[in-house]
Amino acid sequence: MSQLTEIRWHGRGGQGAKTAALLLADVAFNTGKYVQGFPEYGPERMGAPITAYDRISDKEIRVHSNIYEPDFVAVVDDTLLHSIDVTKGLKKEGAILINTEKTKEEIIPLLRGYEGKVYIINAKEVCNKTLGKYFPNTPMLAGMIKISKVMDEEVFLKEMKASLQHKFAKKPEVLEGNMQALKLALQEVK
Amino acid sequence: MAIKERMSGNEAVAHAIKQINPDVMPAFPITPSTEIPQFVSTMIANGEITTEFIPVESEHSSMSAAMGASAAGARTLTATSSAGLAYMWEVLYVAASSRLPICMAVVNRGLTGPLNINAEHSDSMGARDSGWIQIYAETNQEVYDNFLQAYRIAEHPSVKLPIMICQDGFITSHAVQNITLWEDEPMKQFVGEYEPEHYLLKEDETMAVGPYALSSFCMEAKKQQAQAMINAKQVILDVAKEFEALTGQKYGFFEEYEMEDAEYAIVAIGSICGGVKDAVDNLRTQGKKVGLLKIRVFRPFPAEEIAAALKNCKAVAIMDRAESYSTQGGPLGAEVTAGMYRAKCQAEVVNIMYGLSGRDTKVEEIENIYADLEKMAAGELTFDEYPYLGLRD
Repeated sequence: MSQLTEIRWHGRGGQGAKTAALLLADVAFNTGKYVQGFPEYGPERMGAPITAYDRISDKEIRVHSNIYEPDFVAVVDDTLLHSIDVTKGLKKEGAILINTEKTKEEIIPLLRGYEGKVYIINAKEVCNKTLGKYFPNTPMLAGMIKISKVMDEEVFLKEMKASLQHKFAKKPEVLEGNMQALKLALQEVK
Repeated sequence: MAIKERMSGNEAVAHAIKQINPDVMPAFPITPSTEIPQFVSTMIANGEITTEFIPVESEHSSMSAAMGASAAGARTLTATSSAGLAYMWEVLYVAASSRLPICMAVVNRGLTGPLNINAEHSDSMGARDSGWIQIYAETNQEVYDNFLQAYRIAEHPSVKLPIMICQDGFITSHAVQNITLWEDEPMKQFVGEYEPEHYLLKEDETMAVGPYALSSFCMEAKKQQAQAMINAKQVILDVAKEFEALTGQKYGFFEEYEMEDAEYAIVAIGSICGGVKDAVDNLRTQGKKVGLLKIRVFRPFPAEEIAAALKNCKAVAIMDRAESYSTQGGPLGAEVTAGMYRAKCQAEVVNIMYGLSGRDTKVEEIENIYADLEKMAAGELTFDEYPYLGLRD
C-alpha cells in the first residue's frame, strides 16, 4: 500500500455516505493510521447529491483541500451516474465501487470510459438478508475495505465489532445484523 | 499524559469545555457551530459537567445572557458563526468594554450573500475592532489547545477581556482527524478556578456594570481597554509557555514554518496553512527558499513581531479569507502591510483573496503563488489590483 490513500464518496443526502466516510476514518485510526474524514456540504437536504472524502496515511495529514485525484471512489446510489462524473480524476490504477442492482455490463457504459477496475455490490440485497432495513452505507463500507485494501479484512471486522458494541451498547440485537451485513458484503463485491 | 484520539474540530472544542467545566453557557444554534452547544447539552444531560445551559431566542440574547452571567462572576462561554455573530454585534462591544472575560467558540463562516454556509473569515474579521481577543487555528489540535488556554488569557487581572477562539467552518469543525488530548486533571489545574476580584454577586461590594459615562471620562475608559489589549500580548506568550511545559505543544503569536532563510513568504490564517506547508515542502525539495508565517493571534495584532519575521523576505503574499470592500484587499493584508511599512520592510507585497464562501484551495495553487512572488521580486510581475485566487473567468 502506498503511503497515502485518498477516497471519494458520492451519495445522496440521507443515505449515509458521510457516515461511511467518517466510519472508515474511525476504523483506520484504530489500526494506527493518520486519518482525515470530511464531508463537502452543498445544499443540505434529503436526496441532494453529496460528496465525502477520506485520506488515510502513514504520515501526518496537513492539507485540507478536497480530493481531486482519488485512488478509490464509492458510489452509494447508481442514479448519480447520470448526473455526476463520478470517475473524474480517479486514478486508473485505482478502482470504483458502485452500489447497484444492475450488472457490471450495464454499469460500465455509464462510467465515461473509465479505464480502471470496476466493482459492483448489491447493497439492497445484502441489507435485506441481514438487516431487514436498507442502510447502504454498511455494505459499502465493507466493500471499500475489500477493494482499497487499506486494512486487513479480519482486522476490519474485529474493529467494527468493537465499535458497534460500543455504539449499540443498549441495543445488542442490532450488532448481529450489522456484523452479518459487513461479512456478507465482503463476499458480495463483484 | 498524551491520549491519541480522532475527532472533529467541534468535538475538540467540546472536549476542552468538558475539561474546563465552565459555569454558564447561553447559546443559540447556527451552522457550523451548532454541534458545540449540542455536545455540551449532551454532556450536561449525562451529568459529565455542571455547566448551566441557557437556551435563548437569539444570538443577541445569548451574548446578553453571557454578559449577565460573566458580570455576576460566573465563568461563561458561548459559540456561534456567521450571521449569529453579526446579530451579537452591539453586545460584543459592551462585553469588551465592560471587561468581561467571556470565551466564545467561533466557527468561521461567511456572511451573506450570496447565502452560503461555508468557511470564510468575514464574521470574526468584521468583529476585529470590537475589543475581543482573537485566536485562530489551523487544525482540530490547535483549536483544542487554544480553547484550553483561553480563560487563562481572558481572565488575567491585567487583561480582563473577552476572547474568540476561532476555527474554519466545516474544514476543521466537521473533519475527523487525529488529535492528541491531554489528561483531565493537569488541564483542570492549568486552567484553574475563576476568582474575579469584582463581580455583581459579591456580597460586601456594590458595583455597576456598563453604566453611562460622560465624555469627560469615556475616553479614559477606552484607553484602559486599549491598554488591556496591549497587556494581553505578554499574557498570551506566558500562558503558551506554561502550556508548552505541560504538553510540549509550542504556541506564540504566529508559527514560522521554514522562515529562517525564506526569501518568499506567505502570510495566512487558519486551515489553509496545512496546504501551504505541503507546498513549502514540495518547493524546498527544488531548492526554493520559501516559507509560511501562520497568524495565530490577530487581536492583539503582533505587527512588530510579524514585520521582524518578514524582514529578510524579497516578496510576501498575504492571504485574506474576508473581503473588506475597501478596494485595497482584506483586513490581514492591510494590517500586515502597515506593520511592514512602519518597520521599513522592503519586500514586494501582494494581498490575495482566497477561499471565499468555502472555495477550495489546492496545493498547486499555493505553489503558483510562490512562483509569482519570485517573479515579483525579479520585477517581472506586478498586480494592478489585489487578485482573487482561482476565480472563474
